[in-house]
Amino acid sequence: MKHEVVEKNVGLMMILIIVAISFGTLVELVPLMFIKQTNEPIAGLKPLPALELEGRDIYIREGCNNCHSQMIRPLRAETERYGHYSVAGEFVYDHPFLWGSKRTGPDLARVGQRYSDDWHRAHFYNPRDVVPESNMPAYPWLFERELSGETTGNKMSALRTVGVPYTDEDIAGAEAAVAGKLEIDALIAYVQQLGTLLQTRR
Amino acid sequence: MASFWHWWIIILTTVTIVGITWILLANRKRGEGTTEQTTGHAHDGIEEYDNPLPAWWFYMFVITIVWAIGYLIVYPGMGNYPGLIGWTQLEQHREEVAAADERYSEMRSRYLAMSVEEIAEDPAVVKMGMRLFGNNCAQCHGADGKGRYGFPNLTDNDWLWGGSPDAIKTALVQGRRAAMPAWTSVLGDDGIAEATEYVVSLNGRTVDPELAAAGEKHYQMYCAACHGPEAKGNAVFGAPNLTNGIWLYGGTREQIAHSLRAGRNGVMPAFGDSLTEDKIHILAAYVYSLSN
Repeated sequence: MKHEVVEKNVGLMMILIIVAISFGTLVELVPLMFIKQTNEPIAGLKPLPALELEGRDIYIREGCNNCHSQMIRPLRAETERYGHYSVAGEFVYDHPFLWGSKRTGPDLARVGQRYSDDWHRAHFYNPRDVVPESNMPAYPWLFERELSGETTGNKMSALRTVGVPYTDEDIAGAEAAVAGKLEIDALIAYVQQLGTLLQTRR
Repeated sequence: MASFWHWWIIILTTVTIVGITWILLANRKRGEGTTEQTTGHAHDGIEEYDNPLPAWWFYMFVITIVWAIGYLIVYPGMGNYPGLIGWTQLEQHREEVAAADERYSEMRSRYLAMSVEEIAEDPAVVKMGMRLFGNNCAQCHGADGKGRYGFPNLTDNDWLWGGSPDAIKTALVQGRRAAMPAWTSVLGDDGIAEATEYVVSLNGRTVDPELAAAGEKHYQMYCAACHGPEAKGNAVFGAPNLTNGIWLYGGTREQIAHSLRAGRNGVMPAFGDSLTEDKIHILAAYVYSLSN
């Protein structure tokens, strides 16, 4: 085909460009959507309960994933510091995934149960109170804002349509489980369950 | 991986490489250097030469294709094909960990066989302990181990749960859970004020004697079970000594009253499931060395 033919037909050029750039996606990404190793939840993985789910949404709202990854790579330097490397089966119910791509702060994939609730409370209120050299922002408003839980059930239904196995009871009880709780409690509940299914001694 | 996806990856990857090679070669212009040939585009009298790719650019492209083919032969990439050298990410991690274990295991088992008191005097152990402390403990207890509001100072030789090597190790392995109840419903606001006054008096501060006397009655009835009749504390419950002026949650009247009203439930997480025995041993020695 002469180059001129492609250059002078915008429609043809668009089609060829789409074909050219789709190979990477087709080879590297599409198979992962269908193969067992990446689609099977690990033993014990359950969808986030209502309060934890709201906590996850606060995590997203406050942009925690901009500075914290949730992805421990299989390198000794990381597993020595954070614990067992992350595996695909831990994230099958995550929509969206919160792996992050940058570590201004430490990785949080296995931060669950590593600190006490009180520590998290003090740390979210003002990180400098417990870690003087920290440059993490303070989140004092989380201690004032109450959750209504009105939309929690809807969020669960939405997640169910993309394959997260919430039951009807989960959805029906969501509002009651969340209503009146403070945002800080939801966020801490979310953080405290992160990565607790895979424990190794490092 | 199912064979469908195995072949899917192999075929698409091959098509990509062949296609790129074909595009590169099919569009190659033979000939040396620049020519006077133009593409036929003309804009406001400006024309575009139709010259061959610079040779260095062309050969770089060829090298990347050759590299890709070599890579796909040596490393895994083509579906289930494991590659000539059988490299995997997890195997590499296992080797790294095994190499480190081999390097350090002799030293660790030597330390593990010694007592905490003994190795606490070894500068090498203290140095290792400091690193482990920085990663696992400093977030609450501070990089210097001096603690913060709500998180105990480990350097002052005042211990909530005991400062013997065994007690320190137990705290590390099992964690600690303090359980001071909230007293508002039992004592009422007046009772809280009285008990506060008594606790304040324990450090020799000036107080209202009547209030303090009333407070002492509350103290002996409700508080002495854990804090002891003389308020010297009890390491079995992690109940602090109230007479030595060291306050985990602050020692002002307001702070003491708040502790009484709301209760205190400090938690030290357990590390027995996440750190190996030898590291806990070294950490215990480091913590022990902070105050001894």
